[in-house]
Amino acid sequence: MHMNKVSRRRLITTGIAAVAGVSGLGAAAHIAQKYGLVPPDHGGIYGLGETLTYASERLLGRHSLAREFSRSQISKPPFPNEIEPPTDEFKRLQAGGFADWWLSVNGMVARPASFSLNQLKSYPSHTQITMLQCEEGWSYIAEWIGVPLSHVLDNVGVLPQARYVVYFSIEPDTWDSIDMADAFHPQTLLTYGMNGDELPVGHGGPLRLRLPRQLGYKNVKFITHLTVTDSLKGFGKGLGSAAPEGGYAWYAGI
Amino acid sequence: MDFGWCRTWYHSGVGDSACIPSDLSAVPTTTVPSRHSALVRITHWITSLCFLALLVSGAAIVVSHPRFYWGETGNDLTPTLFKLHIPASRHLVPTGYGYVLPDENGWSRYLHFQSAWVVVFTGLLYTIFGFLTGHFRQNLLPGGADLSWRPLSRSIAHHLRFQPSNEAEAWSYNVLQRLAYLFVIFILFPLVIWTGLAMSPAFVAAFPATVNVLGGQQSARTLHFFVALALVLFLLVHIGMVWFAGFRSRMRAMITGRAAGPRPSMYRGCT
Repeated sequence: MHMNKVSRRRLITTGIAAVAGVSGLGAAAHIAQKYGLVPPDHGGIYGLGETLTYASERLLGRHSLAREFSRSQISKPPFPNEIEPPTDEFKRLQAGGFADWWLSVNGMVARPASFSLNQLKSYPSHTQITMLQCEEGWSYIAEWIGVPLSHVLDNVGVLPQARYVVYFSIEPDTWDSIDMADAFHPQTLLTYGMNGDELPVGHGGPLRLRLPRQLGYKNVKFITHLTVTDSLKGFGKGLGSAAPEGGYAWYAGI
Repeated sequence: MDFGWCRTWYHSGVGDSACIPSDLSAVPTTTVPSRHSALVRITHWITSLCFLALLVSGAAIVVSHPRFYWGETGNDLTPTLFKLHIPASRHLVPTGYGYVLPDENGWSRYLHFQSAWVVVFTGLLYTIFGFLTGHFRQNLLPGGADLSWRPLSRSIAHHLRFQPSNEAEAWSYNVLQRLAYLFVIFILFPLVIWTGLAMSPAFVAAFPATVNVLGGQQSARTLHFFVALALVLFLLVHIGMVWFAGFRSRMRAMITGRAAGPRPSMYRGCT
């Protein structure tokens, strides 16, 4: 009789705890989705870890600035990683000194537009001395010169429902995306210069998206196109970038 | 705040019904105390699984760049602090080997961070309950007398001569065990989490001091590697000692909670 009472009580408390736990998780998932704390590659067995990482870094430091370094800490020489052999189109543009390199911007913007490199260079430039870290483990520090992405986005007028900026390289199947916290972050640059000079092709010249709070592979080289969107479902497999399709995480802040 | 309920729960053998003989189950006051509480056993095995996953994935990540540096930066063009003489999974790394291993970084990084999250939550649960239930104070904190030179040297000599443990040790930890576990729980685990986070560009943007005091991001990476090595060393010694003390009985104690032999009377009352 006594044991019955105990086990009934335990059954009830366990039941209440289970219901509370499940509905708590459900509510947490709903809130996380609403506040943009769930990464596009949240499905699958690693979704829990990816969501926890992305959500906590967004909650802890949405506006925090990547560390900047002194001029004396610049790596000499900076290390250029492997790049794919250039396409014919790239070679043609390179032969013309990239005078015909255009950046087109469309999607959820008020005024879709295209910008030549010279136009981008005519905007107020921003210089940062930050570290580029590869997910493999190596790193270097360089001075990066460019126009803040936010300047270009303000120019085309981002619609209020927009949630992501998708960016495309001239290299086939090379694209990625960032949320608005990163897109409007003051250190997110469309870079065209490095260490007081033009941005070398080996480092993504003539135009590379630089976002120092994320790893190297998120800093896509040879940028030609941006699309502003409220959903990543229509892009590739809907995982947010080409990286998850190759087995790498969409969020690369760690 | 009174956490007496917690201690009561901890010592009541909740979740240890397996060690209550069925004919005694109607008399709850005679429950056989378990060697390890349910919480210790569950967190032990979750941590073991996570550590295995972290070790395998961590090794795969190191293979993509088996070179180590000190300071903020380091790459194939800069001198190393040291390098591992193994082939790499990237073409550009000068290893001296004529071949390149397959790239396993994608799933390794996913698995590494997911296991890290699980082990951090498990560790927090274990640590909170360890304090509230008196587990640390009673089972892991060495007695003051044990820390003086004589008993300490006796215990070291005992281990060095590979003398079998006495019966009381089936129910309690000796002083070297206690010190080793405390070192792993309160020094190595916090260090490995810290040095790991100090490599994250987003985390150090929010908390720059966490990497600055370590001397830079590459220093954090090198320290992460050495702390991981220390944990592997602990694991090897731990498994060796379990084997030596009696693999079956120690495994049974950590899986079911039942220890070999009767609980010695001198240890009654949870030492």
